[in-house]
Amino acid sequence: MDLAQFKDPGLAKGLIASIEAMAPEQATIMEVCGTHTVAIARNGIRGLMPQGIRLSSGPGCPVCVTSNHDIDTVIALARIPNVIITTFGDMTRVPGSTSSLLKEQAAGRSIQIVYSPLDALKIAREHPEKEIVFVGVGFETTTPLIAMAIKRAQAMELENFSVFVAHKNVPGALEAIVSDPEVNVDALILPGHVSTIIGLEPYRFLAERYGIPGVITGFEPVDVLQGIAMIMRQLHEGRAEIEIAYARGVMAEGNQTAVAAIDETFETCSAVWRGLGEIPGSGYRIRDTYAQFDAVMRFEPDVEPTQEPKGCRCGDVLRGILAPDECPLFRTVCSPENPVGPCMVSSEGSCAAYYRYY
Amino acid sequence: MCLAIPAKVTEFCDDRLARVDILGIIRTISVDLTPHVGVGDYVLVHAGFAIEVVSEEFAQETIDLIRQFPELVGEDLPFSEEEALTASDGDDSAKSGATLQDAR
Repeated sequence: MDLAQFKDPGLAKGLIASIEAMAPEQATIMEVCGTHTVAIARNGIRGLMPQGIRLSSGPGCPVCVTSNHDIDTVIALARIPNVIITTFGDMTRVPGSTSSLLKEQAAGRSIQIVYSPLDALKIAREHPEKEIVFVGVGFETTTPLIAMAIKRAQAMELENFSVFVAHKNVPGALEAIVSDPEVNVDALILPGHVSTIIGLEPYRFLAERYGIPGVITGFEPVDVLQGIAMIMRQLHEGRAEIEIAYARGVMAEGNQTAVAAIDETFETCSAVWRGLGEIPGSGYRIRDTYAQFDAVMRFEPDVEPTQEPKGCRCGDVLRGILAPDECPLFRTVCSPENPVGPCMVSSEGSCAAYYRYY
Repeated sequence: MCLAIPAKVTEFCDDRLARVDILGIIRTISVDLTPHVGVGDYVLVHAGFAIEVVSEEFAQETIDLIRQFPELVGEDLPFSEEEALTASDGDDSAKSGATLQDAR
């Protein structure tokens, strides 16, 4: 498969011309996927926009929107004797109220970074004397994998595997964003791989109820420009629809096998997002039929009282109200080496992307 | 975090696992979420699972349709004759075609 075409400067040039021709005088376009945040920053796409067009980053980095309480809960689980925490790497450096997984590891707790939940199952099988807890963080791209890992654990009769679930869904956050009077968004660059799973339908309310156009977009430079060009065209024509600019990876109906796996294993619940607060129906918990795999039910961890970092404006950055470099802490006390808030920790956080590329 | 990369399925193994080639690196992944995948197909791989079979046909159609954005007339684009032919008869069938056509 030749993906080089999706980096082709000739195609990019044509799309930029199209964007310039169609752009309204003023518009704010929000991307809500951390991978887009990085793609836009790395390829200098912000600088290619016509005057008056602002690209802002939304709550698209799952690590960044994980609440302090959830991070503290994982830390409390790590402190339980005999527990091995297995997690994607991004989570280890995120500061909780008083610690982080990395600090816990330095203090002698078992924290293992894994590439896949399948690796966590392998560790559980190889260490029947240990309790393996997987940290389930991520949007709909990741949630079905964790659902399948739980189903595989049941089939393998693994009694020492459980999951701490902090999964969240993107449409829930989008509704909170577009209905927030403080937030001003004219159109949305919708996430590519979340949409691979959920398809087009869950976003329709954006266009129909809020009149906001959205385009499901891929991640190569030409993909991103095409997504923006399709948004500009909608704004130019006064339309608000949900469209796909990433047809090679997204079917309109999504991946129904994956959606069914989520539904079988999880039910939706209210969830607390950093920056957005509590949003009904935007989180997941393990269904009663799989309750033996719920780490919080299994261990009932003793979680410390939550403290928010002083002066950190990650919450406003996640709502697109504040650009990262407008935060007083940016580059002064907060840097990737010494992050105060999660938007600087995660490589997909908008502060980290700003720090690296601007 | 929601990064997924294209990989080519080279063979199936036991337990709904498959071996894939990611730019020359061979990895074993789960095909739980793509039960219809075949050897030779491209899949999007996220954290050790195939999450979708990538449509090579749609990839090419997307490129062809980008070339057809009407604003591009007069722009100096790297068209090859063969691609121009594909572009001219590629719009009817495809979902990507419908989406972009709708956008006009």
